[in-house]
Amino acid sequence: MKLRQIIGFIMLLLSPLLAQPMVAESGEAQGGVNVKEVVMGHLSDAYEWHITTWGNTHVTLPLPVIVKGEESGWHVFSSARFHDSPDGVYEGFHLGADGKIYEQTPDGDVRPWDISVTKNVVQLWIVVLLMLVIFLGCARWYRGRQASDDAPKGFVGLIEMFVMMVHDDVIKSNIGEKHYRPYAPYLLTVFFFIFLSNILGLVPIFPGGANLTGNLAITMFLALCTFLAVNLFGNREYWKDIFWPEVPLWLKCPVPLMPLIEFIGVLTKPFSLMVRLFANVMAGHSIVLSLTCIIFVTMQIGPAIGGTMTGISVLITIFMDAVELLVAFIQAYVFTMLSAVFIGLAHQESHSPQKEINN
Amino acid sequence: MPSFFTPDFGLLFWMLLAFLVVFVLLAKFGFPVIVKMVDERKAYIDGSLKSAREANEKLAHIKVESEKILKEAREQQAQILKEAMATRDQIVKDARIKAQIEAQKMLEDAKAQIQHEKDNALLEIKGQVADLSLTIAEKVLLKQLDDAPAQSKMIDRMLDELVTK
Repeated sequence: MKLRQIIGFIMLLLSPLLAQPMVAESGEAQGGVNVKEVVMGHLSDAYEWHITTWGNTHVTLPLPVIVKGEESGWHVFSSARFHDSPDGVYEGFHLGADGKIYEQTPDGDVRPWDISVTKNVVQLWIVVLLMLVIFLGCARWYRGRQASDDAPKGFVGLIEMFVMMVHDDVIKSNIGEKHYRPYAPYLLTVFFFIFLSNILGLVPIFPGGANLTGNLAITMFLALCTFLAVNLFGNREYWKDIFWPEVPLWLKCPVPLMPLIEFIGVLTKPFSLMVRLFANVMAGHSIVLSLTCIIFVTMQIGPAIGGTMTGISVLITIFMDAVELLVAFIQAYVFTMLSAVFIGLAHQESHSPQKEINN
Repeated sequence: MPSFFTPDFGLLFWMLLAFLVVFVLLAKFGFPVIVKMVDERKAYIDGSLKSAREANEKLAHIKVESEKILKEAREQQAQILKEAMATRDQIVKDARIKAQIEAQKMLEDAKAQIQHEKDNALLEIKGQVADLSLTIAEKVLLKQLDDAPAQSKMIDRMLDELVTK
């Protein structure tokens, strides 16, 4: 109940901010709006954080570039250097057509080792910082308090309720009472990381707005973590089910058909986790941005249709943002729940009928 | 291919670092503290509920006990009252009987006294009457027997009387 109210409140807060991206695009709209470019630009990572464009001035936050050249070693410089130099080349590096940094070498352009602090990396650290502040702050609240004291109220109470909801309903019930304990911190971290990233991704201005969980690198890492958590600590029963499942002998003996299918299943589980989260968030961002672009496309046709479509676009965008808030929660929930289910499957009790009879 | 499709090494590197930091810190100082506190509170509430239930049961038991005691006391009171009443009646009855006996005795004593007094009085009267009659008889006799024949006659008659008797 409380959570629903909070989400509703956040939604209300966000709705006026939706107008912000429209302002950002209006500068580029003069020569015709390239919707694809706008959407792709917002979804992609960048070496600078574009906040808004006012007239012809771009308000951007330049971010540090950290690259290692083939022979020249490590370079650390601000991404604003690319704009300062006339040909866009700085210390032998320049931005390629795909928006990534390339090094000019005699063999042509090559991708250097690139650990630049990009927009997504900054967003990543904002999320991490926010999580640390929220949860360590809550944990601090408990210091010096006994179990017999009053339960927390307000924000700490909300966080406690949220954490316990995930802990009890998602983690404990899906992994099982016996084995859930060591995995709970990991799954809670994953849940709140995804949830906060999703929510911040919906905020159109500076502290949020990067497409973090809609980036394949992030979801790949998270899925890999779950893959490791499932397979490193899977018990005998789990591996037996993969390589010697309870099926008729001819399905597994000369040609290991079922083991092969089961083994593919081991790989597809984290793969589906990766793609599901990535696709949902990416699609959500694309839809919201495209709907916003309707305003600028229709404004070129005429003020009357543009005005009408602006109203419709704002309404639909607000609706979509509300849906995206739901999706932000659901995707975090689904990722955590499925991870918990997979971990639970790797810890299942023996279910072979012979053993049951023996028992 | 847009850049968000191709996992970037740099982002993966930073993600590994950031996630490790947040995971290690929260797994050590964040979530376990919250979960532990909630579990402890749950145990405390369960314990409190249990002791409350026990106290309630004890209270109910005490209530039954007290009612029993009250009932017994009331019964005892009634018993005592009844006994007291019986004793009172008995005492009154005894007193009455005793008084009656006493009265009877006093009456009898008085009667005996009266009888005694009466007898004494009668005896006295008898004596006096005898004395008086003797005196009178003497006087009469002296008057009648002032001559000798009359005296002899008298003596004879009296002797006869004694003999025949």
